[in-house]
Amino acid sequence: MLEIKGLQKSFGSLEVLRSVDLDLEKGDVVAILGPSGSGKTTMLRCINFLERADAGEMVFDGEHFDMHRAAKRDIARIRRKTAFVFQNYNLFLNKTALQNVTEGLVIARKFPKAQAEKIAMRALTKVGMADRKDYYPSQLSGGQQQRVAIARALATDPEIILFDEPTSALDPELTGEVLAVMRQLAGEGMTMLVVTHEMGFARNVSSRVIFMENGVIVESGTAKEFFDHPKQERTKAFIRTVQGD
Amino acid sequence: MTERLAEILADSFFKILIPGLTMTIPLTAISFALALVIATAVALVQFANVRVLRQLARFYIWVVRGTPLLVQLYVVFYGMPKLGILLDPFPAAVIVFSINEGAYCAETIRAALEAVPVGQMEAGYCVGMSYLQIIRRIVLPQALRTAFPPLSNSLIALLKDTSLASNITVLEMLMATQRIVARTYEPLALYLEVGAIYLLFSTVLTKLQRVGEKKLARA
Repeated sequence: MLEIKGLQKSFGSLEVLRSVDLDLEKGDVVAILGPSGSGKTTMLRCINFLERADAGEMVFDGEHFDMHRAAKRDIARIRRKTAFVFQNYNLFLNKTALQNVTEGLVIARKFPKAQAEKIAMRALTKVGMADRKDYYPSQLSGGQQQRVAIARALATDPEIILFDEPTSALDPELTGEVLAVMRQLAGEGMTMLVVTHEMGFARNVSSRVIFMENGVIVESGTAKEFFDHPKQERTKAFIRTVQGD
Repeated sequence: MTERLAEILADSFFKILIPGLTMTIPLTAISFALALVIATAVALVQFANVRVLRQLARFYIWVVRGTPLLVQLYVVFYGMPKLGILLDPFPAAVIVFSINEGAYCAETIRAALEAVPVGQMEAGYCVGMSYLQIIRRIVLPQALRTAFPPLSNSLIALLKDTSLASNITVLEMLMATQRIVARTYEPLALYLEVGAIYLLFSTVLTKLQRVGEKKLARA
């Protein structure tokens, strides 16, 4: 469904991504692991054109795009098929939870307001936030904000949701409610690309794991393979560290 | 003596207040409304980095902030007729005050736009909104809320600065007072009186600001 080839990105003289390839089938839940500065987030942002890649090819639903030269119209089309969940939620601060979800539907996709609200309420119900629909972001906890952000992502009926460390800004006690929602989505067959430090999620929920370091993919495989039989020395060391033995 | 003074003050109170209500306040309100329109446009072209317009905006702010308001009034009212542009006092004052105030408010709004987290913009893109849609519906409303207190400041400053319009024969509060002083030779009492009326007006604005801030805080 989504294929990336030869993705490269530098910030000034710093090479953040050096030829990254990626291949996602519908229903895949891919966890991207790796130390800070390994390029995970940048890769995710390049897929949604929040960063412009220096080189790379994207095949999305059979359509080819040059990731460096993609025109505005193509970018808009790709963004319509994807949704993005940010580390710090980025809910629209001047909008209520409900308005956060309807905004993209009504303004960008020209849905009638009543229909947009119906879709939004369904999405908010799914993440357990329907009773907070009239709250502003400042009145919600981090976990609640992130669940609204997931509802906002769901409402546009994306083919894939990109998660950028969705629980990293949360108290340990609040990560559970967000992970539960993500686990539910994975169970329903949503295609997800998740940059995360949550080993539990990577091991138990994701279908595949990718380990990145210094702008390249060091190892990738099924979650079981990756955690039980890592091939690369670097990956073995990583797993030893996170498992604490 | 004191009886005479009391009589003059009582007599002049409405003679000063009425031009305040019919001249100072409309001059302030109209100029400030226009200033906000100019300021928003000037701030947005800088924020969006529109090439030539951005440089024009910087030039406008540089000139207007770098020259005295009184000189600007003189240039427009006394100078422009040389070029065949003859303006009545009131429209001349409105033009100068809105251009002058616009430059200051533009900087306030620009700073407020820049203070909106960049993630708000990115989130807008991710739900499929266009740049202009995001600016209009997400970024500008948040920026105006941040800008509200300093803009209220500017409004109060403008209210007082309209007294300068007396120099170009606009019959506002200070001009009305000067005329009474000329008749009665009581400058101390009368200028204190007009000062008190300005204080009254700005007190009302300060109260309104507080109400406005409370309203915005709720949203």
